[in-house]
Amino acid sequence: MAHATGLKFLRKNSIPLMWCSGCGYGAALSALLRSFEELGYTNEDTVVVTGIGCWGKADDYITTNTLHTTHGRALSFATGVKAVNPKLHVVVLMGDGDGVTIGGNHFIHAARRNIDLTAIVLNNYNYGMTGGQYSATTPAYSYTSTTRYGNPEREFDVCALAEAAGANYVARESVYRGFQMQERIKEALNKPGFSLVEIISPCTTHYGPNNKMKVPIDMIRMLKVKGIPLEKYEPDQYPSAEGYFPVGKMVDKNAPDFNTRYEEVRTKAQQIS
Amino acid sequence: MPEQTRLIQGNQAIAEGAFYAGAKFFAGYPITPSSEVAEESARQLPKIGGVFMQMEDEIASMGAIVGASLAGAKSFTATSGPGFSLMQENLGMAIAAEVPCVIVNVMRSGPSTGLATKPGQADVMQIRWGRHGDQTLIALSPASVKECFELTVKAFNFAEKYRVPVVLAADEIVAHMRENYSIPAPGELEVIDRKKPTMAPELYKPYTPDEDGIAPLAVYGSEYVYHVTSSMHGPEGSSNNNPANAAWKVGQLHEKIERYRDEIVMTKEFAVEDMDILVVTFGATTRAAREAIAAARSQGIKAGVLQLVTVWPLPDLEVARLGQLVKRVVVPEMNYSGQIAAEVQRILGPSVDIRRVNKYNGTIITPQDILNAIK
Repeated sequence: MAHATGLKFLRKNSIPLMWCSGCGYGAALSALLRSFEELGYTNEDTVVVTGIGCWGKADDYITTNTLHTTHGRALSFATGVKAVNPKLHVVVLMGDGDGVTIGGNHFIHAARRNIDLTAIVLNNYNYGMTGGQYSATTPAYSYTSTTRYGNPEREFDVCALAEAAGANYVARESVYRGFQMQERIKEALNKPGFSLVEIISPCTTHYGPNNKMKVPIDMIRMLKVKGIPLEKYEPDQYPSAEGYFPVGKMVDKNAPDFNTRYEEVRTKAQQIS
Repeated sequence: MPEQTRLIQGNQAIAEGAFYAGAKFFAGYPITPSSEVAEESARQLPKIGGVFMQMEDEIASMGAIVGASLAGAKSFTATSGPGFSLMQENLGMAIAAEVPCVIVNVMRSGPSTGLATKPGQADVMQIRWGRHGDQTLIALSPASVKECFELTVKAFNFAEKYRVPVVLAADEIVAHMRENYSIPAPGELEVIDRKKPTMAPELYKPYTPDEDGIAPLAVYGSEYVYHVTSSMHGPEGSSNNNPANAAWKVGQLHEKIERYRDEIVMTKEFAVEDMDILVVTFGATTRAAREAIAAARSQGIKAGVLQLVTVWPLPDLEVARLGQLVKRVVVPEMNYSGQIAAEVQRILGPSVDIRRVNKYNGTIITPQDILNAIK
């Protein structure tokens, strides 16, 4: 069997991609479109919902139904789509500013509701599109255009947040681990209930240069060195304060999703006339 | 056959009106004095194959009804001033993306948390201008339980027909009032569904208007695949930064409403034939005004009422036509700034005698308050 290329889901009249040289988002988009192809998704049965930010531009390149929404609110629009048509594959693409900073409230509640959405959060540690300001995932003490003397705030662990809020599936990868990234995306797409894949990606225009990673390859090296497979990860050996992060599948459960539970509500409601 | 007459609350009539119009999705966040719309929806929607969702906030509520509408369900939410403020950004998105939906704003006394359980009519301008950028929408304001029902059906019809969000601008008085009403039988009131595409799927462009000025709207999951964006977009729905396209798009959002202005603008007139004094009203204040003109007439003063059933677009021609027949115009409204009075003054000109009757302390405007301004 020929390898999936994902090309049939790429809007070819929209390329070249707008992302900077060395950005990891093209690799993530490719993994997503190849996953669609391998899982037999169609343009008709898929809705890709995006927020605002560099990753929020991804819908421009995708041939499925798309819904490009407001900053931080993609999950709420996606919730409405999925609630009334459970048959649709609803995939939500958000960045770290979009998904867990301005959109943090929707993120935890979508996970708590366990609504069958697949959230793919591309984390590049800062707001790339608006000039490299700090977000809720910017590591403490690191430098951005609004933390010139080091970040006084602590960063969110996006995966721990999703797990605590009740997501059925949680995984983290980096764009350095291309094969595993696509496997995680496929697992998340296949999983009923709320699933999250956090993908760490270089921002070669802002975050890297602001933090002593002058050229794109420096950030890729960082992802290689700092991303530790879960089975080898020991917090004491690989402290997050030094930029280490575990990669791999962290949560995989099968709690009933929102639409399944709502069917129970309908049954009860219809019994009471 | 219409059902038996029963005592029904305004908010309940709004919810019943939505179901009559075919609504299948409600997303909202509890807020006084609108919560009964949510409670009624939570009770009824699962029985009729719909979905009720209580969201984490009003921002999410507005987003969810847009998503649900694009997935094919007639959708609505209900809130009051503070929640309506939170909805504004996503409401602007719905206008730009031309997504049919209905937003019930049961107005209460502000500013801020204000007198949270008391009536107000101070959201007139928030409804029209609360969002950034150039945009417009439709707003209807009921003065009775019957109008709560009928105007909710109208609101869905306008939303579906013109692909625009419609605000039902109720106030706490009509929303919490109970009156006798019998819900019309199916078919008695017109119910309009959005125009669906009929061309070959590959030819479908969700933002290319037909000759009637409105583009057909497909449903996610059908054979018509399409793109929707909050960004400036071209006729095919993809983002587009071309200045000529942007000018066309902003114009089109306004022109489709202006074109159907005469269908959208609704007013009611009471005793205007021989009047010397005109009272211009909307919402619950209409009731006090009708009482006031009856009292005035018993004292030999010929007064009439023009009720603005449609608040936006403003019934300017109707105000102008009646306003020029009279010696004085009285505008009662439950706000400090005279939001409608200023519009009436703008329409009729600076030399016309306009008496404002404003109350903004959470108490209602009485017939006597209006009668004092008539005399």
